Amino acid sequence: MKNNVNRELPDDVMAALDYKPYETTNIGNPDIQRVAPSVHVQTGDDKLVDSIEDVVKATVKDGMTISFHHHFRNGDFVFNKVMRVIIDAGIKNLTLAPSSLTGVMNDMVIEAIKAGTVTNITSSGMRGSLGDFVSHGNLKNPVIFRSHGDRARAIEHGDIKIDVAFLGVPNADKLGNANGMDGKAVFGSLGYALMDAQYANKVVLLTDNLMPYPNTPASIKQTQVDYVVQVDQVGDPDKIGSGATRFTKDPKELKIASTVNDVIVNSPYFKDGFSFQTGSGGAALAVTRYLRQAMIDNKIKASFALGGITKPTTDLLKEGLIDRVMDVQDFDKGAADSMHTNPKQQEIDASWYADPDNKGAMVDQLDVVILSALEIDTKFNVNVMTGSDGVIRGAVGGHQDAATAKLTIISAPLVRGRIATVVPDVTTVVTPGDSIDVLVTEYGIAINPKRKDLQESLGHLAGVPVYTIDELQKMAAAKVGTPKPLEFTDRTVALVEYRDGSVIDAIHEVKD
Amino acid sequence: MAETEERLRRTMMFVPGNNPAMVKDAGIYGADSIMFDLEDAVSMAEKDAARALVYEALKSQDYGNAELVVRINGDDTPYYHNDIKAMVKAGIDVIRLPKTETADMIKTLEADVLAAEKEFGREEGSTHLMAAIESAKGVLNAPAIAAASDRMIGIALSAEDYTTDMKTHRYPDGAELEFARNMVLHAARAAGIAAFDTVFTNMDDTEGFYRETRYIHQLGFDGKSLVNPRQIAMVNEVYQPTAKEIANAKNVINAIEEARIKGSGVISMNGQMVDRPVVLRAQRVMRLAKASHLVDEEGNTIEK
Repeated sequence: MKNNVNRELPDDVMAALDYKPYETTNIGNPDIQRVAPSVHVQTGDDKLVDSIEDVVKATVKDGMTISFHHHFRNGDFVFNKVMRVIIDAGIKNLTLAPSSLTGVMNDMVIEAIKAGTVTNITSSGMRGSLGDFVSHGNLKNPVIFRSHGDRARAIEHGDIKIDVAFLGVPNADKLGNANGMDGKAVFGSLGYALMDAQYANKVVLLTDNLMPYPNTPASIKQTQVDYVVQVDQVGDPDKIGSGATRFTKDPKELKIASTVNDVIVNSPYFKDGFSFQTGSGGAALAVTRYLRQAMIDNKIKASFALGGITKPTTDLLKEGLIDRVMDVQDFDKGAADSMHTNPKQQEIDASWYADPDNKGAMVDQLDVVILSALEIDTKFNVNVMTGSDGVIRGAVGGHQDAATAKLTIISAPLVRGRIATVVPDVTTVVTPGDSIDVLVTEYGIAINPKRKDLQESLGHLAGVPVYTIDELQKMAAAKVGTPKPLEFTDRTVALVEYRDGSVIDAIHEVKD
Repeated sequence: MAETEERLRRTMMFVPGNNPAMVKDAGIYGADSIMFDLEDAVSMAEKDAARALVYEALKSQDYGNAELVVRINGDDTPYYHNDIKAMVKAGIDVIRLPKTETADMIKTLEADVLAAEKEFGREEGSTHLMAAIESAKGVLNAPAIAAASDRMIGIALSAEDYTTDMKTHRYPDGAELEFARNMVLHAARAAGIAAFDTVFTNMDDTEGFYRETRYIHQLGFDGKSLVNPRQIAMVNEVYQPTAKEIANAKNVINAIEEARIKGSGVISMNGQMVDRPVVLRAQRVMRLAKASHLVDEEGNTIEK
C-alpha cells in the first residue's frame, strides 16, 4: 500500500503489526483512553537494593519491555551496566524501548541482539555501528522509530507497555525522590524519563548520589518508584553535553544562520510574546545569537523557548528577552545549571512537550521552530533518519512534533561535500512536507507554495534570494551530479511512525 | 579602461584554488570580487590540480554577479603559461599578476593573454588584468604599472611581502604602509582604475579590522582584499553610506533627471550649478546604497 506521502509500505508488516498508513498532519479532536501502570504497594522505610543483579532478578523476565532514558547521552554508564547483567542472566526476547539510543550504547545493543536478549526495539533513533547493524538486516523484527511526542503518546495509549524502566539519576533518596540537577553527572531536565516513571509497571532508579530523605525538588517521585540501586557512577559529566557549545566560526553556517534570522524577523510571527525552538548544533546557536540582537533592536521579547535547551537560550532568559523556558532536555551544562537556579525554566515531560493526543501540548502553541535535515525533497518532505547510503544514522527526535509550529524552518546546506541535501525524493520520509514552511540554504530560501502568506512577507527580502524548491534541487544536482539510485532488499528493517502512530515510511535492508 | 566607474569593488575575497569546498561555496557570501588563488595558497605538488579545479569551477559553477579573478603564478615559475591558458580558456574576468615590479611585466602578461585569447577563441581584450604590488620596486613603479595596459582594472597592495622587503613587519597603526598605500592609491586614481588595500589576517581582532578598513575607506581605496568571508559584512558596513549621504545623492540624481527632461546641459540644484565630481560622488553613493540594501533598484529607501 501507499500512504499519503507516496511511500510504498510493506503490506505484510503493516497487517502483522496492525498499522495504518500516514494520512495527514491534522490530529483532529479524537477521544483517547489512556492506560495506567500496575502498582505494587509499599510502605517500608526504604527501597534500596544491593545490586543491579538483585533488581534484575526481581523484575526482568523473558519477553518483557524494558526502558531507559538518554539524558546522559554519550556519557551514559547506566544502560551498559544494566544490559550487561540482563544479557549475563540469559534473559531472552526483550523489547528495548528507550527514549533514544546513543553511540555509547551501540556495542551492548548489538551484543544483546546477537544473544537473543533483545528481539524488538523502539527508539527515537540510532547511529553508528548499531544503525549499520540494523540496516544490514541483523534484527529480525523491524525497529519502530517514534518521535519524542509519539513515544509519549504510545506509552499513554499502551502501544508501548513498559514492564521495567531503569532510570539513571544524579541524585535520589532511599524512597526514590530524584531530579536531574544535583550531583556529579547532572543533565538538568528529566523530561523524557518522566514518562517512564509515570507509566512503567516497575521503576528502578540507579544513582551514585544517595541524598537524605526527603530529597527535593523531586522530578521523579517516590510514589512512582519501586527500587533504588546505588552504583559507583551513573555517567561521565564530560560527555553529557551534546554537539557544539560555542558559536560557530564556519562562514557557511553563519550565512545560513543569518538568513534564518532574516526569515524569522520578517515573518508575521516576530512580534512581542512570540515563541520559538532552536535545537542544538552550531548553526542553531548562531541563530540564537542573531535573534538576540534582532529582539533587542526591535524591542521584542519572547513568551517562551521550548524543547531541548542550550546555554545561549538560558542566557536570553537571564537577560529578560525570554519570559519562560519550557525544558524537556538540556544539551549542555550551562542550560542544566540554569534549570537549577532559575525558577522561570520549567521542566516539562515529553507529553507536555509534544504528545499529539493531549489536552494541549506545548508544540501546539509554538510560533517558530528551526529544524535540520539530512535530506529535503521537492515536496518539502524531510529525512533525518537515513544517510545517503540508505543506512540508519539519525533520530526523529522532536522533528515531527516541533514541525507543527506556525513557522517551521528547515536550515540545511544545499549540498554537503558531494552529496545533495535538496533531492527529488528523500530516502526516508520522517517529517511530511505539509508541516514544513521554509527551507533556508546558503544559496537562498524556498517557501512552501502552500504558504501564500509567507510568499508575500518573505518573497522580497534584501539579500535573500527566493527560489522554488525545484530550482534549488536542480542547482544542487548541477553542483554534485545525480547519484545512482540506492539499492535495497524487500526486507523491512524499520518503520517510521508519524506522531499520531500511523506509518509514514518503511526502511529497508541495504544491498551492499 | 574596463568599466571601473561602474563596478563596486569593496571586497575581494581570497579563495584557495586547491580547496574544492571553498571554491564551490565562494559565491554565497556576496563578495564583489572572488579571487581564486593558484599562487601562495597552493603547494608545488598541487599546482596542476588546483588549476584544473578552478578551471572546472569556472566552467560549471554559478557565482552570480561577482567579478571573478584568479591569482596566477609568476612568470618566473613553470606554471605561469599554463595558468594563463587555462584561465583565459575558462573565461575568467580578471588575471591578477603577483609580485609585479615593472610595467614590462604587465605588457608581457598582456601579450601572453592575447595569445591565449586567440588560441581559445575568446574575444580579444575580454580578459582584464590587475597587478599586485609586493615590493619597494613595485611601489615606486606603481604609476607606470597601473597605466601599462588598457586591460588593467586595478592595482593591489600586498603588505606581507612588501613589509618584509622594507625590513619591517606589520604594526597595528599601519604607519609602515603609509607611503605604499598612498602610492598605490594615487597610481590607481591617475590611471583611472581601482585600488585594493591589503589583507588583514587576524580574525580575532575585529576592532583592528574595523579601524584599518575605516582608514583605507577614508583614504579613498575602492576596497580591501579579504582572507575570510566573515570580513565581507564588516567591510560593507564601513562602506555603507549614511542616510544623509543617500538623501543628498538622491537630490543630485533628481536634478540630473530634471536637466535631462528639460534638455538642459547644466544641472542645477537649489539654484546652484552641480559640478561633475558631485554627480560622480552621488552616483557612487547610490550604487553603494543599493549594494547595501538601503535603497531598492529604483532608489526608494527600504524600510528596515
